[in-house]
Amino acid sequence: MLRLLSIRTGAGAHAAALIGSVLLLCGCGSIEPWVKPYERERLASPIMQFSRDGLADKHQEHVREVREGARGATGVQGGGCGCN
Amino acid sequence: MTIPSTLRVLLALVLSAAAGLASAVTAVGSPAPDFTLRVLDGPNLRLQEQRGKVVLVNFWATWCGPCRKEMPHLNRIADKYRSSGLVMLGINVDDDVRNAADVAAKLGVKFPVLLDTDKKVSKLYDLNSMPSTLVIDRSGRVRYLHRGYQDGYEDLYDKQIRDLLKE
Amino acid sequence: MRRKHSHTVRAAGLLGGALAGGVADAATLPDDRADVMFHAYEGGGLRASGPAILVRKKLADTVSLSGSYYVDMVSNASIDVVTTASPYKETRNEYNLGVDYVVRDATVSVTTSHSKEPDYIAASTSIDVAQEVFGGMTTLTLGYTRGNDQVGRKDIGFFDTATHWRYRLGMTQILSPTWLASANMEAVSDDGFLGSPYRVARIFGSTVPESNPRTRTSRAVKFRVIGEVAAGNAVRAEYRYFWDTWGVKAHTAEFGYARNFSDLWLVDWYGRFYTQQRALFYSDNATAETTYLSRNRQLSTFKTTGLGAKVSYTAKRVPGSYEIKLNGAYELVRFKFADFTDIRSGKAYEFDARVLQLFMSVIF
Repeated sequence: MLRLLSIRTGAGAHAAALIGSVLLLCGCGSIEPWVKPYERERLASPIMQFSRDGLADKHQEHVREVREGARGATGVQGGGCGCN
Repeated sequence: MTIPSTLRVLLALVLSAAAGLASAVTAVGSPAPDFTLRVLDGPNLRLQEQRGKVVLVNFWATWCGPCRKEMPHLNRIADKYRSSGLVMLGINVDDDVRNAADVAAKLGVKFPVLLDTDKKVSKLYDLNSMPSTLVIDRSGRVRYLHRGYQDGYEDLYDKQIRDLLKE
Repeated sequence: MRRKHSHTVRAAGLLGGALAGGVADAATLPDDRADVMFHAYEGGGLRASGPAILVRKKLADTVSLSGSYYVDMVSNASIDVVTTASPYKETRNEYNLGVDYVVRDATVSVTTSHSKEPDYIAASTSIDVAQEVFGGMTTLTLGYTRGNDQVGRKDIGFFDTATHWRYRLGMTQILSPTWLASANMEAVSDDGFLGSPYRVARIFGSTVPESNPRTRTSRAVKFRVIGEVAAGNAVRAEYRYFWDTWGVKAHTAEFGYARNFSDLWLVDWYGRFYTQQRALFYSDNATAETTYLSRNRQLSTFKTTGLGAKVSYTAKRVPGSYEIKLNGAYELVRFKFADFTDIRSGKAYEFDARVLQLFMSVIF
């Protein structure tokens, strides 16, 4: 008789802690943003993007999701087609 | 006699450090730090020499969307108040000067574009947003500081310039 | 600051400058653009190719509308198909519509997607919010997708449904003027008919219809880092861990290097490594009766190794106005299965797949 695994609920708690600590950081304001807005030019360049072309990335992600058992957290628009 | 300006600046610095805010070298009410920068096609320009006129300084970059969005509004305001004694200065912080020149030409910038490639003036003014717009009065004091650009800011600039021109 | 992390916040090109990261108090909409693409996949006897098109346009400075249309013409002679039936061809059409809305330093995106093929219809709606905090150094994202599918079989029509929920959480952080990192988490829950009505399983050497649980919940966490190591050269590394209630565990690692050549050429190289551990009820040839049984090789133990390259050429650039880019991407992937047998040869199954994308983008 197969028994399905139960999901670890730690993930949710970790996420909450992450968000909480970031919000706290903004709240206290005693740590200054260490990269000034006028220093962010290199971060705007195409080679520094995680994803440059949405359409192409979506296709690539679809190809992988259909053939692999894993899905999610990829940074491409959520909601795959679920097609068979 | 009121508190001497240097002491005032020091006081502002101490207070803002205590409050955990950005350093207030450009706190509203304090004199605008002087600088001399190269202009895109012309001789160098020094801020102090603009005393007696109302100055609007706008820090921008080609890679900053809101900066480009704001530009046509700044052009319009520059044209409108030029003859009344407004000096508008655009300080560009791009690493690539040629790209800055191209974009400035494309946007039809009608006021001097100063080049702050090494970010010295940006640091001097301790900018914490892009774009940053400062409105400086005839005696060289920063009277208004706008962080970023939102729709409707150009109306604020217009009103503030008009008020300062009357002084 | 704004980056592509868990989601929709589309990053900018040099022209676009929509690096809302550079701006405090204001997020920026993605650039207007139009993309036309030809895509092709070929591997393991399956070929899928077709055109795709995307159009995105700003309205009124605070709203960006987007629409895309994607066609998959599939010619299927894969191992499952040839060993249990005969090769077939079919076409899948998908369209997506989206609205992005900016409110101060947050971007809200709502999108809907609709995919249709003769025996499967999938529709989903998503909402994603990206919020810049900490002077634009950090972007937090939250997303939710709800999908409804109608499952059918060619001979009997639509007979069942499946529902999906996806929850996304992400954070992107500027580490330095040249380094960026992001962490994302996504939980997916499915309910309904989650297998394929055509696929069979094997028990004691004979075939039986497969039987999957009617629910599945999965989690994935992904960490990414990208940095400019020298002017015009960037490296990136990504790792994702996936686990679900079916017992599948997977690791994905990807490494990439991007480089500008002159002003007009951009080349990316990357390697992707994926390994997966089988679902609890997966078996190549079961030797005991179980409630659920599947021989879906997508749920087996396998590894993939992919190497790819992407080239982008700026055909025309009018600074401050528009850019036309021609792009080509190619990936070669090797699939190696540990517990799925190619019954035609009796050996563990493996095959190579090729993915090609050719597209032209006009960015305004």
